[in-house]
Amino acid sequence: MAESELLEIRDLRKGFPGVQALAGADFRVRRGEVHALMGENGAGKSTLIKVLTGVHERDGGEVRLDGKSIHPRAPVQAEALGISTVFQEVNLIPNLTVAENIALGRQPRRFGLVDWRAVRRSARTAIERLGLSLDVNRELCSYSVATQQMIAIARAIDLDAKLLILDEPTSSLDEKEVEELFAVMDRLRNQGLGIVFVSHFLDQVYQICDRITVLRGGQHVGEYVTSELPRIELIAKMLGKEASDVESMEAATAAAHHQDAAAISNESDEQPVLQTKQYTRRGAIQPFDLTVRKGEVVGLAGLLGSGRTEIARLLFGLDSPTDGTLTVDGVERSGWTPRRAIDSGIAFCPEDRKVNGVIAELSVRENIVLAMQASRSLLRTLPMKKQLALARHYIDALQIKTPSTETAVGTLSGGNQQKVLLARWLVMNPKLIILDEPTRGIDVGAKAEIESLVASLRRDGMSVVFVSSELDEVVRACQLVVVLRDQKVVGEVSGDDLQEHRIMEMIASSHD
Amino acid sequence: MKLIPKKWIPLLTTAAVFVFLFSAASMRFEGFASMYVVADLFSENAFLGITAIGMTLVILSGGIDLSVGSVIGFTSILVATLITDHQMSPVFVWSIALALGTVFGALMGALIHVYRLPAFLVTLGGLFLARGMAFYVKPEAVQIDHPVYDRLGDIAIPIGGGAELGIAPLIFLVLFMIALVVAHYTRFGRNVYAIGGDEESAVLMCLPVGRTKVCVYTINGFLSALAGITMTLYMDSGNPINATALELDAIAVVVIGGTLLTGGVGYIAGTMLGLLIYATIYQITFFASLRSSIATIAIGVLLLGFIVLQKMIHRD
Repeated sequence: MAESELLEIRDLRKGFPGVQALAGADFRVRRGEVHALMGENGAGKSTLIKVLTGVHERDGGEVRLDGKSIHPRAPVQAEALGISTVFQEVNLIPNLTVAENIALGRQPRRFGLVDWRAVRRSARTAIERLGLSLDVNRELCSYSVATQQMIAIARAIDLDAKLLILDEPTSSLDEKEVEELFAVMDRLRNQGLGIVFVSHFLDQVYQICDRITVLRGGQHVGEYVTSELPRIELIAKMLGKEASDVESMEAATAAAHHQDAAAISNESDEQPVLQTKQYTRRGAIQPFDLTVRKGEVVGLAGLLGSGRTEIARLLFGLDSPTDGTLTVDGVERSGWTPRRAIDSGIAFCPEDRKVNGVIAELSVRENIVLAMQASRSLLRTLPMKKQLALARHYIDALQIKTPSTETAVGTLSGGNQQKVLLARWLVMNPKLIILDEPTRGIDVGAKAEIESLVASLRRDGMSVVFVSSELDEVVRACQLVVVLRDQKVVGEVSGDDLQEHRIMEMIASSHD
Repeated sequence: MKLIPKKWIPLLTTAAVFVFLFSAASMRFEGFASMYVVADLFSENAFLGITAIGMTLVILSGGIDLSVGSVIGFTSILVATLITDHQMSPVFVWSIALALGTVFGALMGALIHVYRLPAFLVTLGGLFLARGMAFYVKPEAVQIDHPVYDRLGDIAIPIGGGAELGIAPLIFLVLFMIALVVAHYTRFGRNVYAIGGDEESAVLMCLPVGRTKVCVYTINGFLSALAGITMTLYMDSGNPINATALELDAIAVVVIGGTLLTGGVGYIAGTMLGLLIYATIYQITFFASLRSSIATIAIGVLLLGFIVLQKMIHRD
């Protein structure tokens, strides 16, 4: 069926300083199909899309559209070639009419002036093509997010698009709205459009997609027909695991798991360091119960977008909950903010250390003493001698590889930056430390060091909430793992049950 | 349509305020409802109107331009000095002034776009720069006495009731018509609205965001210079201190005219109404022999009322 092939990407390569984002990715989309592009963090999905839409330029490989080699250098060029993208956030202008939003930048003109009648007429045609009916003269913001998304699609395909890329289009839609979107996608598929669907909702991928391509670590893992690829295998491929022996274990472990979890919760009558009951934030995470005890490492496992980071942010007070209670050392706390969390001995190492964590321009010493300094008053500067002593101590203890205490953190490797960030919080001697993806983007050796560090913290009586997309890491580091799927806690594993395949099963199990 | 669209409310309110002010004044003061007064509304404020048109585009695009008053002052003294002290032909001098204003606007626009600097600060720099340049050209007022100015001063279009419009209001009215078409019937105009509505989305919609933004400040620079020239036509003189803080009057006129300071929402026609309200308030204080400070207070109150109204409309 080579003649129905619309897009063919072969051996695509793209590197950024320090990272090879794409290292030989293949991707093919046929006319009249919905094709899911799947992969975890760092798999290269977004880089592939950015190269395809002309945001980034590729280093190597080939991109063919309709058999012709293409080389878009800007989104405008990609659009002109017939590649249109609709993003998760609706990127339209809220205070202009629907018609104008569809036509902006390419309004039909008469005598050099915008022909509003033609603008409205073509907008109606574009909307009808999606099988929708709405008033194109109304302002965009008077419609729901879902409808706005459809309008964005209408705009995207208005210009003879051949390939439509939908990047996480369903993230802010409810179930009914997702159905409406799928109806539109189905319609477009029948009209011969090729659709690339990027989503972390597995159920949705299985519902709408004809084929799935999996990327991992910037490389092509495989292309599969959706109906022939069991969920568990898909997850295994995304995570880079062997799934062959997983399914046979399924039934046997289910019962044991429950007993084990019960055993753990009964066994300790010591007051938990942190506990939540039906804690929730609408649109981010469904109500969850979580208990962290002294000297315990609790893992949060799940695919990208499953709600791991959302929980971490809630626990540290970065986001406020819409319902539920949070108890720290037996005292129920409301109006939870990072300031209060820090005062209660809770520390947080965020996922993106470059954005939320280390300050690249400051030295290792300055970064390490930052939090301690902040907890003192402005006038009571920590004496330099004390600062140096602290910095030296943690450089040794965590084996941070840096030329000196005064080196700018930005010049260190990712793993060492992560350790500096950790040191900053360890200086404060917290009771509980939340590590969100502490091993992301650092090399294997550094990963092992971080893991053993977590183990030693635990032995010192510290509690840790450990968020990671690397299942083997979670299994090794944690005593209890909370498994998430689609913004919901779907179960816990601990004790003998704490094995990778068990977690994968829980992630894979469908809603119904 | 069952309801008035939300976006029309500020414009309709502005229109209602103007109708109310004008008819109330007409009933209260004999001779207010005359074409003389109407002609006066336009004549006295033509240069403010011209610069307010440019300011409307800037604010619609989500920006601000604080330099216009200074550019007007600079243009007026430059034109007067070159004509009177250096005996240059007015048409040549105007071309120079317009070119300088345009380049000045373009440079500020380029700084704002290329270095992603806040428009407030860049144009604040422009404010000081242009005002300084005005005083550098000549620190005191210069009379213009030139046959071309005499001839242009004689132009008067009768508008009925014995009243006439001079050259300055004519320039303003022609510009107003052009701006209406540009804002509503050109891709450029629509892109200005889109950028003001959501600049990030405009980029992702593949609209020429950079070009449009630079263009908006360029146009405003040109219009400021034109307002400065218009001022010399109206006053037959130039003064480096002319139009001090006029940018704030222009912003007030634009906002009273129903344009959102956050960009993306507003109308050129609204700015016309805003200008008429502004002018009417001053006209009323004149008729009532009140101190002009009363007019300033009234405009302050009106401005506060309008921004509260806009907030209420756009909150839900």
